[in-house]
Parts: sequence; structure tokens; C-alpha cells
Amino acid sequence: MKRWACAVAVVAAALVVGPTESLAKTEISFWHAMGGQLGDTVNELVKQFNHSQAEYEVKALNKGTYPEVLTGAIAAYRQKNPPHIVQMFDVGTQTMLLSGAIHPIFQLMKEQEIAINWGDFIKPVTGYYSKDGNLYSMPFNSSSPILYYNKDAFKKAGLPDKPPATWKEVGEFSKKIIAAGGAKCGFTTSWPSWTMLENTFPWHDQPFATNQNGYTGLDTKLLINGEFGVKHIGQLAAWQKEGVYSYGGRMGQPDPKFINGDCAMLIQSSAVIGGFKKSLKFEWATGQLPHWGAPYKKQNTIVGGGTLWVMKGHKGADDKGVAQFMRFIAEPHQQMWWSVTTGYVPVTQTAIKNLEAGYHFKKNPEQWTALSQLSAKPTPNSLGHRLGNFVQIREAIEGELENVFAGKKTAKEGLDAAVAKGNDILKEFAAASAQ
Amino acid sequence: MKRAVFPNRLLPYLLVLPQIAVTGVFFFWPALESVRLSVFRTSPFGDKSFFVGLENFRKLLTSSEYYSSIVNSFLFAFGVTAIGLGAGLLVAALATQKIRGLAAYRTAVLWPYGIAPPIAGIIFLFIFHPSYGALPYWLSFVTSYEFNWLLKGWVAMALVIVATAWTHVGYNIAFFLAGLLAIPASVLEAASVDGAGAIRRFRSIIFPLLSPITFYLLVVNLIFSFFGSFGVIHAVTQGGPGRATEIMVFKVYNDGLIGLNLGSSAAQSVLLMLVVIALTAIQFRFVEKRVTYS
Repeated sequence: MKRWACAVAVVAAALVVGPTESLAKTEISFWHAMGGQLGDTVNELVKQFNHSQAEYEVKALNKGTYPEVLTGAIAAYRQKNPPHIVQMFDVGTQTMLLSGAIHPIFQLMKEQEIAINWGDFIKPVTGYYSKDGNLYSMPFNSSSPILYYNKDAFKKAGLPDKPPATWKEVGEFSKKIIAAGGAKCGFTTSWPSWTMLENTFPWHDQPFATNQNGYTGLDTKLLINGEFGVKHIGQLAAWQKEGVYSYGGRMGQPDPKFINGDCAMLIQSSAVIGGFKKSLKFEWATGQLPHWGAPYKKQNTIVGGGTLWVMKGHKGADDKGVAQFMRFIAEPHQQMWWSVTTGYVPVTQTAIKNLEAGYHFKKNPEQWTALSQLSAKPTPNSLGHRLGNFVQIREAIEGELENVFAGKKTAKEGLDAAVAKGNDILKEFAAASAQ
Repeated sequence: MKRAVFPNRLLPYLLVLPQIAVTGVFFFWPALESVRLSVFRTSPFGDKSFFVGLENFRKLLTSSEYYSSIVNSFLFAFGVTAIGLGAGLLVAALATQKIRGLAAYRTAVLWPYGIAPPIAGIIFLFIFHPSYGALPYWLSFVTSYEFNWLLKGWVAMALVIVATAWTHVGYNIAFFLAGLLAIPASVLEAASVDGAGAIRRFRSIIFPLLSPITFYLLVVNLIFSFFGSFGVIHAVTQGGPGRATEIMVFKVYNDGLIGLNLGSSAAQSVLLMLVVIALTAIQFRFVEKRVTYS
């Protein structure tokens, strides 16, 4: 099926490019993980770039999910034929940073003498993707988890038209909605590890892992089985039992529960706003990721999504084209268009200011929600996560969360097991990287 | 068996050379490469790699996850084989009845085999999905039990077993059908005349005569389940919930290609190779003795 998708993407790219283009253009290959509405938007962006100049032709190719893009890029790199640009998600950052296979974006831009105002990028983004104060990959699609709610279900339960601000309210609202027949379940959560742990910890200014979440060393250990983690996951497990919470699987698998009206609320990335605007058949709105309130401080959430990495192993002449495409992506106009169309947050101050000036966020409050969570100055707990083999760690965590939600383990037992497995994986990564 | 005699001593070697070359390049070379990788620890991009001896194996053999993947593999393989062979024989037997439109039925029962496993997985995903699938809804309606395989491990396992068996059943049917049609009608008629009922005819005549095919299918189904049955699990459960459907071959893929832990993945494929070799050896040694050829 994946091969099919690739074939379709190739054909689509060929159609976009058209048969009349001359062959003299230098091709820049760009592998990404954007499917559906997001994929269309990427193709449109690439088309705009290709039409804006005559020297380079960017070929965008959807290589499947993020892990599949990474695996494909690694295989291509080892065969000495890597793509120029690879879109990689947040949790692949550490792997890319230590790979020795990348050309840091700040360096590329300096070499090509393209001035980029790096200070213009918002802090949660630069914090996540910088090393020693320099950006190593170009911020592209950044999102944060927010709460979506079904206004019709809220109305049916006689609730005011506002999202729950605290987890306590999430529970209360859910019970009222279920009792009133507004929905079968209160809420569900997509990307369980990312929304319920990786973001919920910094949102409450709690450490996710030692070494400032992995920023200051490789001998990192997870900290998610402390009092806060057990309280949060324990509550979710209790709600799962009562039917208030309905676990719906990993990644975006739970979305249909919200889309078809089974669950009144969904916690998912802001990236689905664009898709929801097209597909949802009911009135909906968004709210911030719920918070536990005092005594926990409200900090900031972290960015998810991806950035664009430049890979080594190309002719020096191609660098110029890659740099030009990167500059194009970072321009306020493209930033704004991308963000407005998809639901990813604009990543530069200029783009945000321009959107504000046009009253964009007043007219589209759902697009402000994620940004509002990213506005606080990050603390060491909320800068981001820099863990090696994070994909495997996330999987270990989600496997244990499933054991907890199925009632096979208590929250404490599940999180202890996730930490033990996660620490093993971290140790393995440190050993493989530190030679 | 008759011995073939070649006039030229080199010719037989030349004739088998293409097959040996294909086997060498596509089977032995990757297998040896796996063995080599299994004693190294390699960084994701392969830029750093150093010898660790049997460390990757030691880690695996001391991890409970690995043992659970072995148990899952056997459960899965025996489940798929039992259902695949049982259903295959049943349908093949039905397809030998004298009914109208027989040719059409015979063609139709082979179709599932023509569907790629990931596609079959997606079809089953749509039918069985707890959120939007029809079947869990009806089943829960009838039994008031929640068939949520996103959380219930055994439901997930049952689902991937049935789906995988379904993708492979056409293959089994084809072989059983050929075997059944090869049984001389005169033998069966003679048995009928002697007063043997349908069950007795099946036990004393059909089953023994089918045993070479059954044995062949047993081996092929087991090996397929251990090694090749990856598409359905990848498309439907991704090894979840909580590793309940993580079979050995899926773990090899997941740790190697998603987790990028190449050393461990290679070590697992070496162990998996040993399991399949052992399984095949046992089958040929003990089961084959009881199979009647010709």
C-alpha cells in the first residue's frame, strides 16, 4: 500500500510539474510525511516555489509516515544517494543531530550568504531544534496539542459554550454530556504519549527526563513515574473505566471517535484544524490543553510536528537551490499561508504580527489556541525533549499506557515499566552514539 | 527414485547454477549479513559501528518482551495454520460437490490469495474498527461484550489471526482441491458399496491420500506465519495493544526499521531463523514418517 502511495505521489508530482518544464533545471528532492490535506498543501507550496524561479525544481515526495521517511532517508544515505531535504518529526531530532549525515541549516545559510533573522523565530521552536544556540534544521510545521470540543454535545448537556479549562472540568463536563445523551464518551486523546505525557509534563512545569529533558547529556533517565505522572495517568485510567475517557489507539487513530460524534472532546494536534474545517459536520471550537490547576504552575506546551533537515552528500552546486527553497519557506508570506491553511502555528514573530494585524486570530480563534500555549518563556522543563531513539521510547510508553487503560496494570506499575524500558533504550542509544 | 545420468560431468552443475546464484544472492548473503550485524552495535545512520560480541543476544534473552513475542509468534502461527488448513479443506471439499456454477465458485474461492496482505489488513480494519467498524457494533449488540481490540489483547490477536488466515486460505484451497480431485472416484465408490459412510470415507481414504499435500501445506503455512505474515499486523494493530500482537517477525521490523536498533533487530532475525530451521527439521523428522506418498 505504501508503494502505491509513493507511486501516486510520484504521478501527482509529475502532473504538478507538467510535461513542458525544461530538463535543464537542477532537481532538489524533498521527502516528507504529509498526507491528505496537508500533502496537498505541501505540493501547492512547492509549486509556488518552482514557479517563482527558473533554476531549480523541487520534487516533493510523500514517503509515508515520519518513521518511514527517516528509514528511507537512512537507507538512501547509506547508499550514497540521499534526498536533499528531509522532513523529520520532533522526536527524530536527537537522532538527526548526532547522525553526522546532516548539513546544519544555520551553516548552509551562512555559506550561501543568505541572511535569515534567526531571532525572529519563536522561542519554543528555536529551543527545540537548536544546538549551542544555532538552528540545525529549518522550522516548518510546528503544532501543539489542543482540546477540540463538539458544541452541539455541549449545548445538549446545557453546558456554557466554553471549553473546560481544568481536568476537573473535563471530568464534570463529560459526565453531564454522557448523562444528557450528547455523546457516548466524554473525550479521547490522539498521540497518547505526546499529548498526555510529553506535553502535559512541560505544561505543568514538571520534568519529563533528567539532564533537563536530555538537553545536557546522554546519560538521561525518564521521570514520568513520579507523583504527577501517576496522578494524571491514574485519573485517565479511572475515567476509562467509567466511560468518561475512551482510549482510541495511537497516532491519529482516535480522531474518528470525535468526528463521528461518539466522543464530545478530543485532544489532538492543532495540525488537524485545516482538515476538521473541511470535514466536521457539527459546530466545534477549541480550548487549551486542560490543566490540573494549583499547585502546578501553568507553563507552556512544546512543539510537535516537523522541521526540514538538509542532508550531506550532494554536489556543492545544489546547496544554493536548497538554501533558496529554505528561504522561501521561511518568508512571512509562505509562513502565513501555510499556517492559515493547515492549523500549524506560524513560527516567526513577523508572521504572527502580520496575522494579528489582519485580525486573523480574532476571526479564527482556533488558530490562536496553540500559539497561546507557546507564549510563556520556556523553563528547563518546558524547552522540549532531546531523547535518543525517542520513537522506540514513545512506543514503550504507549504500550504500557494501553496496559494501564485496559486495567491490566495500575498507573504506577505501568509507568514504572515504561520508565524501565525507556531507560534501557536511552542507555543503548548513548552507548551507540558516544563511541 | 530413478537416477538421472548426465554424459557431461559439468552440465548438471551448470544447470543448477542459476538457482544457486539466486539463492546465494537473495538468501544466503542477507542471512550472513544479519549474522554479522547481530554482533555489532550500530548507530542509526550506520556511521558508527563496533563489535559487541553476543551482547545483543544476551539482552534479548534476558528481556521479558522478547519471550512474550515468542509466545505470540507460536500462538499466531498455530492459529493461522489451524484455521487456514481447516477452512481450506472445508471449502475445497465443498467445491468438489456437484453444484451449479461450480467453475465460478472454484474461481471465487481463490480470490483472497490475490489480495495483498496490507490491503486485506485495511479491509479488516474497516470491518472491525472499534470506532467505525460494523462488526464490533453488531457483536457488542448481540453479546453485550465490548470487542475493543485497541485495548483487549486477545481480541486483537484473534482478529489478526483470522485476517491472516483469510489472506492465505485461497492458497490452501487450491492445493486441497487439486488433491481431492486426484483421488480416483472408483476407490470412493468401492468404499461406498462396502458400506462406508461419508465420515468413514474421509478418515480412511481421503485423508490418508491427502496427507502429502496436508503435510506440505502445514510446513508452508507455519513458515509463512512465522516469517511472512507481516502485512496484516502492520496495517491493523502495529503489534499493540501493549505488545499483545507483537510477533517475532514484526518485532524484527519494528526494532530495526522504526526503532533503528539494527544490532538487536539482526540478532532477532538470526534467532528467528534458528526457530524456523528447527521447526522444519522437526516436521520432516517426525511428521513426514507418517505421511503416505503415492
